[in-house]
Amino acid sequence: MKNLISRRAVMAGSAAAGALGASGLPAYAAEPDWKKYAGTTLEVNLIKGPRGDLLQKYASEFTELTGIKVGSEVIPEQQQRQKAVIELTSGKPSFDVIHVSYHVQKRQFEKAGWLADLTGFMKDPKLTAPDLTVDDFSAGGLQFAKNDKGEMHSLPWSVDYFILYWNKELFAKKGVALPKTFDEMVAAAEKLNDPANGIYGFVGRGLRNANMTLWTNFFLNYGGEFLDAKGNIQTDGPEAIEATKLYQKLLTKTAPPGTAGFNWMESMASLTQGRSAMWIDGVGWAPPVEDPNASRVAGKIGYAVVPAGPKGSYSATYGDGIGIPQGSTKKEAAYLYCQWAVSKTMGARLLQSGGGVPFRASVLNDETVRKGVKMPSEWLDSVIGSAKISKLGLPVIIPVAEFRDLVGAALTATLSGADPATELKKAHEQFRPILERSEKA
Amino acid sequence: MLAEAGTSIPEVPAWRPPSYWPFVAPALFVVSAVIVFPWAFTIWMSLHEWKIGAPPTFVGLANYLRLPRDTRFVESVWNTLLYTGLSVLLPVGLGTLAAVVFNTHFPLRGLIRGLFILPMMATPVAIALVWTMMFHPQLGVLNYLLSLVGISPQLWVFHPATVIPSLVLVETWQWTPLVMLIVLGGLAAIPAEPYESAQIDGATHWQVFRYISAPMIAPFIFIAAMIRMIDAVKSFDIIFAITQGGPGTASETINLYLYSVAFVYYDVGYASAIVVVFFALIVALAGSLVLIRQRTHWNEAGGAG
Repeated sequence: MKNLISRRAVMAGSAAAGALGASGLPAYAAEPDWKKYAGTTLEVNLIKGPRGDLLQKYASEFTELTGIKVGSEVIPEQQQRQKAVIELTSGKPSFDVIHVSYHVQKRQFEKAGWLADLTGFMKDPKLTAPDLTVDDFSAGGLQFAKNDKGEMHSLPWSVDYFILYWNKELFAKKGVALPKTFDEMVAAAEKLNDPANGIYGFVGRGLRNANMTLWTNFFLNYGGEFLDAKGNIQTDGPEAIEATKLYQKLLTKTAPPGTAGFNWMESMASLTQGRSAMWIDGVGWAPPVEDPNASRVAGKIGYAVVPAGPKGSYSATYGDGIGIPQGSTKKEAAYLYCQWAVSKTMGARLLQSGGGVPFRASVLNDETVRKGVKMPSEWLDSVIGSAKISKLGLPVIIPVAEFRDLVGAALTATLSGADPATELKKAHEQFRPILERSEKA
Repeated sequence: MLAEAGTSIPEVPAWRPPSYWPFVAPALFVVSAVIVFPWAFTIWMSLHEWKIGAPPTFVGLANYLRLPRDTRFVESVWNTLLYTGLSVLLPVGLGTLAAVVFNTHFPLRGLIRGLFILPMMATPVAIALVWTMMFHPQLGVLNYLLSLVGISPQLWVFHPATVIPSLVLVETWQWTPLVMLIVLGGLAAIPAEPYESAQIDGATHWQVFRYISAPMIAPFIFIAAMIRMIDAVKSFDIIFAITQGGPGTASETINLYLYSVAFVYYDVGYASAIVVVFFALIVALAGSLVLIRQRTHWNEAGGAG
């Protein structure tokens, strides 16, 4: 028995050493008491995708480090959001750690008071490693994680910037240069568009709701702001109309037919089949695009920041965090897990695999971590470039789902020829009372 | 006997619990637990502003007053009616035709009948996923087939104008066999004599169908239409799996909108109001079908007289 235990300890040590070798830095330096909650079992609720999968894959390392057992439940995004709300409402959720989509859930979770305050934990040296400080998270991350009183109710984990994917081969064939502005992008898309040969200039999300993430990047670059000083939504203003005209033009004149039903998956398929020359979407799709087994264009894709609009250059930003439900009885152990999830080792893995981008400057600015990135260097440049111009891609309100559905439906309608101004006005009038009701409650 | 009982047991208790009560109780309990209570609770919820995560507040009929001004709801009612109408008419028409064909004798009839009812046996979601691929404007087989006969590619479920007919196509493909089975059963029950006399009188095929078969199988067609209507009105799986109500809201039926309001927006009070109206609509539809049946006396084998 004793032998077995010591062997385990050795294995844990070697795993840590392995991590150390990979990142070239002390993985867990001047440590808190990791083993204090050994024997506890945590239930973790994660969203299916590169980020959730990563935590699940390495959960055994966390168990070796802390002696805490982990049951990971990884479910698709839509179902996870429903489950989270229903369980958190009950007050006794079945999980101790929850994966939060900030851009959808921040305001909802905050108003309902579902997540535990982590501010105290972060100040406790017995619980928190010294390298984990509030200042290490980027401003966008803190904007997501802090409530209006400045308390941290989750740890910012992974950020998603919108970037431009472009097919270098198709661009070279037509002698087109990488566009830097919207006007150049439209001109390039028109020049690259060749429907007779099944080649299209641009592809992007057209499916209701999903399309909002692309459209808001256009909206931001036209100088749009979601809410005015009084909290009124401004999606029927001139910026929104201009953004919608651009959206309509690109997705009807220079995109494959049927984009009204395209989500990221269909759009990515069009890019990876070499059918579309440009695609604007999240940074996290680089791994499948660069996978020669799944993509015909591996190695031929360039990455760039989203072209600038007339009123600015932004990257629409979405983010994931990890938090602890107020109803959990194992908050300290759960906090150790959250801390591990955003640790340097896990952050480096996240970045290096291309599945997401950590919010922590100490990970992003680390030369050795950067060297380990398996994606092309242009990808990393586009990530760092986008971080400098990042802006929240959705308004911080409770009825985000209604907002995305209603305005998204208006956008989809313009793809079959409806007038942008009329459709936006209609959506705006439907959405305004919903927003007012949610803020009043 | 009675007199004897009266004399031998003079003191009959004034009240005895009816002997059937214990037998009714379980059924009564189940009915009130699974039907009456949810119904009453739904109506109660529909009178409250209730978002999951916040306590309910009584708002009277405010949720119902929201409905006519909610363009998404109004559109979803029309979409439901259109979808239901088409997915009753097409399968019933084609199913009746198929039944008449399969009622005649031809080689390999059993095998072909068997093949014909296969779609009915598949899982709707699996079917929906396969059809989604077939509808794909660039990679789908349907546009390829159209190109063979020189028709330009269509957008199918990716265009608001064609999305409902395309979905009805899937529904028709799957449920025509059911109508065929019901009507075929009806045809098999018709006696042979009327056909023989028609033959002697020199009636054409059309006349035989119009004046003998059609009136006699009308009750069966009616049943098939009723079943189709119930199925179509509550249809969710095929629409959700193929379009999720899109593009935009072009194929959003009441059911899909209801799902969004209740389980995506968590607006339980408003969703309950939609349920109540939806229920009223179903009752109205079923009632009008029953009324038509009574008016036309389709239930009597004599036919519409």
